[in-house]
Amino acid sequence: MSPVFLARLQFGLTAGFHFLFPPTTLGLSLLILILESLYIRKKDEIYKDVSSFLIRILGVVFVMGVATGIALEFAFGNNWSAYSRAVGDIFGAPLAAEGVFSFFLESVFIGILVFGRRRVSPRAYWLSAFLVFFASHLSGLWIIIANSWMQTPAGFAMEGGRAVLTNFWQAAFNPSTVVRFVHTVLGGWITGSLVAAGIAAWHLLKGRSREKAGLLLRSSVIVFAVTAVLQLGSGHAHSVQVTRTQPEKMAAFEALWQTQTGAPFTIFGIPDEKAEKTHLAVRIPRFLSFLVGFDMNAMVRGLDEFPKDERPPVFLPFAGYHLMILFGLIFIAMAVWGGILGARKKLGESHAYLRLIILAIPLPYLANELGWIAAEVGRQPWAVYRVLRTADAASKVVPAGNILFTLIAFTAIYALIAAAGISVIHRLVRRGFDEHAAGREGQSAGRGTVPTPAGPGGGY
Amino acid sequence: MGTWDLLRNVWFILVGVLLAGYSILDGFDLGLGVLFPFLAKNEAEKTILVRSIGPVWDGNEVWLLTGGGALFAAFPHAYATVFSGFYLALMLVLFSLILRAVSLEFRAHDRARKKLWEGAFVVGSFLPALLFGVALGNVVVGVPLDAQMEYAGNFFTLLRPLPLVFGVLGLAAFLLHGSAWAALKTTGALQQRARRTALTMTALTGICYLLSFGAVWIYLPRAVKSIPAWIFSALVWLSLGLLASALKKRKDGRAFAFSSLVFLSLWGNVGAIHYPNLVRATDPALSLTITNASSSALTLKVMLIIALVGMPLVIGYTIYAYRVFKGKVGVDDAGY
Repeated sequence: MSPVFLARLQFGLTAGFHFLFPPTTLGLSLLILILESLYIRKKDEIYKDVSSFLIRILGVVFVMGVATGIALEFAFGNNWSAYSRAVGDIFGAPLAAEGVFSFFLESVFIGILVFGRRRVSPRAYWLSAFLVFFASHLSGLWIIIANSWMQTPAGFAMEGGRAVLTNFWQAAFNPSTVVRFVHTVLGGWITGSLVAAGIAAWHLLKGRSREKAGLLLRSSVIVFAVTAVLQLGSGHAHSVQVTRTQPEKMAAFEALWQTQTGAPFTIFGIPDEKAEKTHLAVRIPRFLSFLVGFDMNAMVRGLDEFPKDERPPVFLPFAGYHLMILFGLIFIAMAVWGGILGARKKLGESHAYLRLIILAIPLPYLANELGWIAAEVGRQPWAVYRVLRTADAASKVVPAGNILFTLIAFTAIYALIAAAGISVIHRLVRRGFDEHAAGREGQSAGRGTVPTPAGPGGGY
Repeated sequence: MGTWDLLRNVWFILVGVLLAGYSILDGFDLGLGVLFPFLAKNEAEKTILVRSIGPVWDGNEVWLLTGGGALFAAFPHAYATVFSGFYLALMLVLFSLILRAVSLEFRAHDRARKKLWEGAFVVGSFLPALLFGVALGNVVVGVPLDAQMEYAGNFFTLLRPLPLVFGVLGLAAFLLHGSAWAALKTTGALQQRARRTALTMTALTGICYLLSFGAVWIYLPRAVKSIPAWIFSALVWLSLGLLASALKKRKDGRAFAFSSLVFLSLWGNVGAIHYPNLVRATDPALSLTITNASSSALTLKVMLIIALVGMPLVIGYTIYAYRVFKGKVGVDDAGY
């Protein structure tokens, strides 16, 4: 196995694992901000209790995000040092800015959210919730800026094989930054709100903490429903942008082998890159042209327009893109159902809907990962689109054996973290809305909760 | 000096300030992470010690990420050479930091594996505390580099006398800082033990500093001619002396301030003998310096604006957070 392949595999594993956590943080921080705002206005303890419950979960999700995020900052130097030399003039700044403007803010105020409720005034606590929300989204913006620059680079000039910054704002707000940021944030809101709704649904099905779980269910389903619908618009805008700025990527998403007017939209198919055709294809005639240009006869560029050594792989981008859209449509259907139930004030009563929400929790994670895989594999063979090939971006002095060895170590460590993380979050969820409730295994899962004194042995 | 050169010099200092900030802030929780099973005599004391860093360690670690990001942005070649060259050593640091980051949260909630996570916190604190100094010692004493700025040594090249002495010095200073923090945040018998440990570590840091001084004299004889280095060196001894006296007088706040000053003077000391190098090469003509490893003037300028706008805010709200959690660790404070 070549060092480049192993380095890609390692980045895929570490970034893919990391990408489970930030979207959850985005969604949970929004819900926490909403609940804390309601608490400040209505002064009803129920908002505080529900928010505190989410904050305990956010605390765990956040540290897992931090832990796995460090690996990515190391990776550009460890495995991709040729990349760092070639584009460090532009790529390093957003990473540093993320630290300075967002990550400090997020870390410091999450400390106050998790540990400081009794040490600060209600207003200062609300402000902390706002700052965690603000900083986690700003953090996402810087990371999307860095990644979007790899997709649609701008604001630079090539000097002796190195990209040199010529215009910061053009580089930062390159043609794909804004639409990708909106798309990613909405993905995060869908993720966090569905997780919260699922937790609430579980409590309701068990008949526990009806009032608090009901409040959590209502607020998270509202956020979920609104964002699921908005995501349709942002996904559309993003697709139009890709068609315009990275046409071969859209051709791979759609397995469009030939440039054509009145291009069909492929609902299902198995792309065959060797034969350059799609097996078992089910197509809607002219629909792709309509989607990208609101014109049934618009021309869409196919893969045949691009030299073979500049074409992305087709299977993964195609499958990732289509599955993501499928999940997005499922979310909209769930949003509509939730809206109908909500209008009839029966949101918490339909056991079928509550069960569906719990079952659907993995779907936004899959949608996030698949969309990300489609975006990154669809950019190949480039690390930076039409500027630097992935094959030329890897470290020159790191032997394949070292990358393989660390890949195995990462896999083992992440498996351990995943197992522990699941068990910890499971425990927090079971423990429920009461901070000192002892809802451990072996005890009945009834509503009767036994407060334990928060002595040094309890908590942590 | 042109604008570009001025910016390069400013960024040499700023990267140093970020790393110094990291060692002062995350330094005490690294040190405490190594020491806490030894300082604490029972579970309750362990809990007090980990709670003392619970709300702040995360923000502290961001100093490393920001310092790394700043190095990447301002001196991409230095970042690329060191991270790809010191591959296995830095991966060991990375794995430690990952496990350490989750270990406190998991120790509290993943009861079945409590001992495992406690061990992860200790080892995950120990390895970075030792290896940061080893890495720094290597870029200071010089490593084999080729004409393409790539590292030409191997893992064992990193384990030479000066880097190892720097590693032990760093570890001693982290342990000192961690025990000074513990003395500040605890009471009673635990506090007495923390003070005694801090005093021992002060002596140990002094001895290690003397050894490092000797190693620099042998392996980097030219460094001894630097007058700023002598000034910082005097400051190291002064702050160690004041620290010992503060500990004896049970002035824990002052002691912690002086152990922070130890770090600042050590960084000043290293900066003075290292400037203008970032990664010294065995063949001096191939060294990475602030000139040949830097980003463009525009990037350095944009970064400077980011730092000038952002860092005062960071320092402001970090001080706020420390004030929120100031004082002794309360047993009724929220846990995880």
